[in-house]
Amino acid sequence: MREISFQKALDEAVAEEMRRDPRIIVMATDFTGDPVKEFGPARVRFTPISEAVLTGMGLGAAGCGFRPIVNWRMVTFSFVAMDQIVNQASKIRYMFGGQADFPVTYRCTTGGGIGLAAQHSQSPYSMWMHLAGLKIILPSTPADAKGLLKSAIRDNNPVVSFECSRLATVTGPVPDGDHLVPIGVAEVKRAGTDVTIVGLAYYVQEALAVAEELVREGISIEVVDPRTLVPMDADTVRASVRKTGRVVIVDEAPATCSAASEISALLVEDPDTFRVLKAPVRRVCAVPVPVPYSPPLERAALPNRDDIKTAVYAVLKDSLRPV
Amino acid sequence: MALDKAQLAQMLRTMILIREFDELAIQLRVAGKIYGAVHPYVGQEAVAVGVCSNFKVSDRVTSTHRGHGHCIAKGADIRRMMAELFGRVDGYCKGKGGSMHIADFAVGMLGANGIVGGGLPIACGAALAAQLEGKGDVTVCFFGDGAAAEGEFHEALNIASVWKLPIVFVCENNQYAANNAVAVQHPRVDIAAHAGAYQIPGVVADGNDVLEVYAAAGDAVARARRGEGPSLLEGKTYRWHFHAMRATPPPETRPSDEIASWKARDPIARLEQHALGAGALSAAEMSAIRERVKADLDDAVAFAEASPFPDPKDLLVDMFAE
Ligand SMILES: Cc1ncc(C[n+]2csc(CCOP(=O)(O)OP(=O)(O)O)c2C)c(N)n1
Ligand SMILES: [Mg+2]
Repeated sequence: MREISFQKALDEAVAEEMRRDPRIIVMATDFTGDPVKEFGPARVRFTPISEAVLTGMGLGAAGCGFRPIVNWRMVTFSFVAMDQIVNQASKIRYMFGGQADFPVTYRCTTGGGIGLAAQHSQSPYSMWMHLAGLKIILPSTPADAKGLLKSAIRDNNPVVSFECSRLATVTGPVPDGDHLVPIGVAEVKRAGTDVTIVGLAYYVQEALAVAEELVREGISIEVVDPRTLVPMDADTVRASVRKTGRVVIVDEAPATCSAASEISALLVEDPDTFRVLKAPVRRVCAVPVPVPYSPPLERAALPNRDDIKTAVYAVLKDSLRPV
Repeated sequence: MALDKAQLAQMLRTMILIREFDELAIQLRVAGKIYGAVHPYVGQEAVAVGVCSNFKVSDRVTSTHRGHGHCIAKGADIRRMMAELFGRVDGYCKGKGGSMHIADFAVGMLGANGIVGGGLPIACGAALAAQLEGKGDVTVCFFGDGAAAEGEFHEALNIASVWKLPIVFVCENNQYAANNAVAVQHPRVDIAAHAGAYQIPGVVADGNDVLEVYAAAGDAVARARRGEGPSLLEGKTYRWHFHAMRATPPPETRPSDEIASWKARDPIARLEQHALGAGALSAAEMSAIRERVKADLDDAVAFAEASPFPDPKDLLVDMFAE
């Protein structure tokens, strides 16, 4: 299979969908490559730095028959458009009784770990999860990035695509042809029997690396990637945890009210999963602090492989305690 | 408003320092000694220096992602700036902020900002504080041409006008926001024209002529001090380098003749010529200034390198006030 980068996979997804459907237009302050050449300036729109209006325009044009893709570039910049995201995009369809569809895709990079300091190192997807009304994808591999973004563009609802900065240059196999990954379907990235690690975005690859290391210690890890945060595929995550009885959830957002919290709740509030849990759920998340610039501080703020291993040992140890 | 020799020398020194500081920052980033993103201010020195030369320490500024020049012009210590770029404990933000988030509240530099337009509302708040204090202090808000497309720009101008806030909005129109030329983003290339809608003075200055900026900003600052309200001052200028770099400088995307024509209007060379022509500074004095700047920068790097990295144990220090 072809190996391409995460970034290239995303670019391909947009280009293929634009070829398929002339109603797709893209708006951003900048683009990778030269999409104007193929699709022309009417469909590829360089914008002023005006996130609020772009976000709302995407919604408005979507409600009037187009399929806009608005790229905020960094999720950081989307906060300027809070009203359009929170009060408008997430509510518009339901509030008006389903009179129109709003097939708009909002794209943004997310995450820290590259020395960009507090404002440019955020992972706020749980803020969006909370809204009820936005679908959210968060891929961890080039293949998923391409397949999920294509599905997002074809979805008839506002979908937010979070694209992890640390994965941009990561390469991986991507199937040829019209490769689609359905929204709302998690994937077991590695099968195992002792502990489930639920990883998000960059931390899927970190979880896989930890799983590989722990083979030597005789620990068998299953790695599950939700891939979509809304709607969350609770069944797949629960099935894995019912098999292993132990779970560590890893993400680079702080734990408070996070995707990791939500996954944890989905596990423990399910009676069949709760009954077979051998140890308390563990979350490995960022320290609740604005991500600092200086490398030693940034490293201390974000989870790493040692933190994941420590949590794996902990759930194994916790489960040995007498009840 | 003729400037005396000491004032001219001070302006020239600050402009050279800003330029060399950012040229050095590029090298340090390429060498991997500093991290994250660097947005060089090279070419725009006359705006920061022309504006800030009107200031008292108690006046305040807000800055942008391209903020090193504003910081130096407002009187920050380059040793602590450099230590911040190096991510060390003696940096202004103890290594927490880096290039895009340098601040020195002691000299009224209220912070660089990673958000385009993010400083405008904060500057209005500082101006409100100054208005309430009633001591005649002024706030200057630096922002780029790109920021004028953000709602925060319009909200800030509107309220500042209605409340007659003692603020000067200084737009550094360097002709581009990242890779987008001004004409792609704005119906008219003069950002100052927005002033009319808010019934405040709007002035365009040659942003590569420090004396012109100094005079125009002087009028606006004086007006604000008198309690007559805000002004919008636009300095037409140009950045000599790329918009931003991380590990390596990105390729140039702007027309080479355009770059050449702006470099021919080098704000530092123009001030040097003026000072020479007016007999205010000799060539020897000017080369002494350059040598002094070089020594100061060497000293700043040595200071930064000698400063330790923050202890990961201190990660949560500064989260909340006592
Ligand atoms: C709200 C927001 N949107 C987008 C960005 C990304 N960005 C950083 S600098 C920049 C260009 C800013 O242009 P301008 O205001 O003219 O300032 P200049 O870089 O030219 O100094 C952009 C788009 C940002 N930092 N904040
Ligand atoms: Mg600009």
